[in-house]
Amino acid sequence: MSEYILEMLDIVKEFPGVRALKGVQLKIRPGTVHALMGENGAGKSTIMKCLMGVYHRTSGTIIYDGKEVDFPGPLQAMEAGIAMIHQELSPVPERSVKENVWLGREPRKGLVVDHKKMREDTIELFKKIGLNVDPDEKMGNLTISQMQMVEICKAVSYDPKILILDEPTSSLTETEVEHLFEIIRNLKKTGCAMIYISHKMAEIFQICDEMTTFRDGEYVGHDFAKDTNVDKLIARMVGREVKNMFPKVECPIGEVVFKAEGLSSGRMVKNVSFDLRKGEILGFAGLVGAGRTETMETIFGMRHLDSGKIFKDGVEINIKCPADAIKNRIGFLTEDRRGNGIVPVRNIKDNTVLANLPAYGTPLNHKKISEDTDKYVKLLNTKTPSTDQLIMNLSGGNQQKVLVGRWLLTNPDILIVDEPTRGIDVGAKSEIHSLITKLAGEGKSIIMISSELPEVKGMADRMVVMYEGEVTAILDRKDFDDELILKHAHGE
Amino acid sequence: MAGKLNKKFLSDNSIWLVFIGMCVIVTVASGGIFLSWNNIKSVLMSESVIGILTMGVMWAILSKGIDLSPGAVVALTSVISASMVQKADYADKLFPNMPDMPIIVGIVVAIIAGTLIGVLNGWLIAYTKIPAFIATLGTQLIAKALANMYTSAYPVPTLKDSFKFLGQGTIAGVMPVVVVICIIFVIVSGFMLTQTRFGKHVYAIGGNDQAARVAGINVEKNLIMVYTWCAFCASVGGILLAARSGSGNASYGLNYELDAIAAATVGGTSHSGGVCRISGVIAGILIMGVLKNGMLLLGMNAYLQQAFKGAIIIIAVVLDMRKNVKKV
Repeated sequence: MSEYILEMLDIVKEFPGVRALKGVQLKIRPGTVHALMGENGAGKSTIMKCLMGVYHRTSGTIIYDGKEVDFPGPLQAMEAGIAMIHQELSPVPERSVKENVWLGREPRKGLVVDHKKMREDTIELFKKIGLNVDPDEKMGNLTISQMQMVEICKAVSYDPKILILDEPTSSLTETEVEHLFEIIRNLKKTGCAMIYISHKMAEIFQICDEMTTFRDGEYVGHDFAKDTNVDKLIARMVGREVKNMFPKVECPIGEVVFKAEGLSSGRMVKNVSFDLRKGEILGFAGLVGAGRTETMETIFGMRHLDSGKIFKDGVEINIKCPADAIKNRIGFLTEDRRGNGIVPVRNIKDNTVLANLPAYGTPLNHKKISEDTDKYVKLLNTKTPSTDQLIMNLSGGNQQKVLVGRWLLTNPDILIVDEPTRGIDVGAKSEIHSLITKLAGEGKSIIMISSELPEVKGMADRMVVMYEGEVTAILDRKDFDDELILKHAHGE
Repeated sequence: MAGKLNKKFLSDNSIWLVFIGMCVIVTVASGGIFLSWNNIKSVLMSESVIGILTMGVMWAILSKGIDLSPGAVVALTSVISASMVQKADYADKLFPNMPDMPIIVGIVVAIIAGTLIGVLNGWLIAYTKIPAFIATLGTQLIAKALANMYTSAYPVPTLKDSFKFLGQGTIAGVMPVVVVICIIFVIVSGFMLTQTRFGKHVYAIGGNDQAARVAGINVEKNLIMVYTWCAFCASVGGILLAARSGSGNASYGLNYELDAIAAATVGGTSHSGGVCRISGVIAGILIMGVLKNGMLLLGMNAYLQQAFKGAIIIIAVVLDMRKNVKKV
């Protein structure tokens, strides 16, 4: 018996024109959590898809549980004991939690579904994991993090020997992450091996035992967590040392340019007041669901302002829709890149100029559109073969750069960025950080929401902390302290 | 690089290859009759009204919606315009006491009436958020009912020659007026699509309406404009149909919207929204026209013709979706 539950050796995967994997290896020991590291496009998802049988490798060997295997598809992989929790959930919102868990393999009594057994099995499963959700609740009524937990339960119900977690914490709050880690530790004890894919370094060092790193489809190394550190690992991933993730440059901060007074909207925004100065980066911290995004949506005219006033340059402004906000030179890089950011089926040019179309007249000045797009592709170092490329063919980080370009093109005085680096790789992340700092240096005012505390702490001049729709603290840079921030974020 | 460009050009315009291929097959099979000017003229004339409707419907599809009302709008505007341009000395006029008016009055009134249906469509879809399929299905029935009530389901014949000229006349003795009007609609629609903000807005709304909204686009206003334009096209189509056949009739336009949807779809307009090219839609209209004409020339059974048309639409969409799947 080998010491590994899974060995993937010399895996090559070729797509027409591209060698996505150039002979990589991955060896997983039972009862360990193994991080798979690499920037976007390094080949992490590709190798997982090769394992699950979604793709078929061009060459190489996969030895699972002592036998050489080649799964025809994910179903066979799951039956053999390899389960995967995807980054994007695919719940059936109109059905109950229990039906979602047992979807496609409902326990039956004769011809009809045995709802009683289904319910009991679900309760037992949830107890094992420690999840407190009513099995009869409609899936659509759960929070995203609860859905994620249900998804994990579903995977566990297959009794897997290997569990693959792809960015499992991207929508979880800190307490929920802690809960997830407890589940992972419990699973470890049962001998289940886990492959953990995440961009969050802190988490990886908290939960993982070993890590394998890929770069550009090549294997660049394997480490034990106890023998390495964040800087070494990042250097390995990008092939160079990223010196400073948060290049804070102190720059002169001017007069107040924007003021929110007592903003309220629905249940998520309650009496929010803050001001913003010229050249300032104002961070917004808080738990998921603290109302930060909703506050910005209210300012940007995407939500109805129930009460409160908004001032820009000392004058009260009236914003009814995003067009009004843009006219007042406010830009909003939203958190939901796919939901309300990109227009996937259009090319980079169309996506870049979307918020700035009036500048091109009628008939549209296509030459100027191309020039402006080229300018921002170059400025932001967006990687694409051409500006005629559909934006959906770009990686997440490059899509984000196109959207940043869209807002810069409107030349805003105030740029709101909501989770600007979520789900994008380390290299692009530090580029976006430098850019935000540079913009502030040019005298623009930035509002930055981020759920990564180190990010807000590293970048912001001041920080607004929110809890359940209310502002609980506004801190100066000198008072940035994890404990204090978390206390306010929990409403204490 | 050049090879890559050519490949892209070919894949973007593969529909024209299909069109040329069909023309060759039909020409050979019909012993050359297909290529005679008389036949070509009749294909162009018979496809012109559908073509004008397609120039509207493609916008609805592009915006990720659909418009099922154009056929009924054709019926409505055909009878309204016809009722106002009947010959003064015709004894059985729909409104015997209607004073004699220039034909432009009838045309304008019909266009206003038809276009209002589109405003209603747009308003329903933009503000009540009901699916476009339901909204336009409802207005289809309403417009059809109005046309029937207006005429008590009788035809409205004996129209003025100056009016009929629009449908039957030719310019310089060769080019049918309807074809010229259709070409104008193609140019205007193509211009709006590629050269105006409105076009870019609708592309964005079809591709991701939430993103369009955040980028400052007034989604509701643009949707109303889309359906208004769509009904405007159908109104003109209805008037031309009355002019061509020399009478208005509440039974006109039956299933025309389906032919227009089929042409736009075969032409690569994606029902998932956000994808539409004017050259593709032109090819789509011509392909459906040549197909119809070819089957006629070859004396194919009429029912079989319908089945063929159905199969072509399905194949076109399957191929188109496969093309998009590969890109993801």
